[in-house]
Amino acid sequence: MTTASLTATAGTVLYEDSLASGCHWSIIMRKGSVLKLTDTEGGANVGMLFYNPQNLLERYNAPDTLKCQHTFKLTKGNCLYSDMGRIFCSIIEDSVGWHETVCGNTTKQIVKDKWGEKNYQDYRNDWNQNGYSSFLVELAKYGLGKKDMAANLNLFSAVSVNDDGALQYVENNSKAGDSVALRFEMDTLVLLHSCPHPLNPAAEYPKKPVRYQIIKGEPVEANDFCMNFRAENQRGFKNNEIFHLDGGCCHD
Amino acid sequence: MIKESKLHADSSVFRQQVLAGDYFIKVVKKGQTFRILDIEGNQAADTLFYNANDPAERYSAMDTIREQGNVYLTAGSKLLSNENNVMLEIVADTCGRHDTLGGACATESNTVRYALEKKCMHACRDSWMLAVAENEEYGLSKRDITHNINFFMNVPVTKDGGLTFEDGISGSGKYVEMKASMDTIVLLSNCPQLNNPCNGYNPTPVEVIIWG
Repeated sequence: MTTASLTATAGTVLYEDSLASGCHWSIIMRKGSVLKLTDTEGGANVGMLFYNPQNLLERYNAPDTLKCQHTFKLTKGNCLYSDMGRIFCSIIEDSVGWHETVCGNTTKQIVKDKWGEKNYQDYRNDWNQNGYSSFLVELAKYGLGKKDMAANLNLFSAVSVNDDGALQYVENNSKAGDSVALRFEMDTLVLLHSCPHPLNPAAEYPKKPVRYQIIKGEPVEANDFCMNFRAENQRGFKNNEIFHLDGGCCHD
Repeated sequence: MIKESKLHADSSVFRQQVLAGDYFIKVVKKGQTFRILDIEGNQAADTLFYNANDPAERYSAMDTIREQGNVYLTAGSKLLSNENNVMLEIVADTCGRHDTLGGACATESNTVRYALEKKCMHACRDSWMLAVAENEEYGLSKRDITHNINFFMNVPVTKDGGLTFEDGISGSGKYVEMKASMDTIVLLSNCPQLNNPCNGYNPTPVEVIIWG
């Protein structure tokens, strides 16, 4: 899907950095800003969750995101919804074509079973961190816990489903240099980790870094691709408009 | 997979009909078996499960489908918690397929799916909100309302990554039965949705039956 809007993220890069493999971090993204993630080596996975910093009970809702857009895969044009009918962010660029949101995270046990345990004591920065613990750490920074951990995104990773419902991990879904850009439609607490996908069949724990850029976004125009991608998204954007009736820029 | 139960309602220890638009909340003890019966057919029973001794441990759709390698639930499916423990196992199923991707209807998601003007129509999540408010002894709140199972609902995923909402494959008298592997809070909303073909635009009662 490297089509028309390569300029969508041509705005000023406000900040950029990388996450090494098996890391976790959190960012408050402001309405109108863009988070662009790049798979620098190919085969990366980024687990991601969203919360409304004004009301942490409002969180990313994978089922609503999928059913509102009648989709199982996520790509350019799709919006990522909260449980309150609002859009946290829109996928405005995507060279990958398929991101999944149903498989969850690696856990300590999954990592141990698949790739062996590498604890911090013995391996320091080369330890085998898992996605579940990564999210717990970031959640706790905001007073949140495992009750708040919703189904997450696994950006850059895909699983397909056959007629019987069987899940199949798609290998080589993301290539070196592939990127996805999220434009935030409301202030959003973003939790992310760069731990491997739980169904990745690699023999060794995949060590894949991710580049991220925070970019000043362009205003959303009436002909916006994501807003007009589906009638449901037009209504989602309307819900965001209602949410921001007080001006929306100065909540803190 | 279609698998009939050998249990008869005569030997049950509990029966309760749940009307469309109502909720049901009760602890099913470890070792007990409970059935949800689709009385008139084509109904959706939106259901959440919690460890009764530690409700922070709850049914996890993503762990369940990842570990069984399949997005649909049926006889043989082990329903896993967010701690990857087996909470319940589906031991009988005359419907053949149940959804756990589509989530529950909420007034807010109804505005997106159907129309902003439908925001006050009754929805599963409102039933759950009332359930947690009226039953404080369970220690549940909105934080605990996560991704549920839609028993009797048919939400096929297509090969190219679509998600479709099909007519229900359930019919009058079809049921699904689970055996509890731990003391489990069952929180069920009998779906009141009037805008969706999943229940034929006609919400009807279900019955919960418990043995053991």
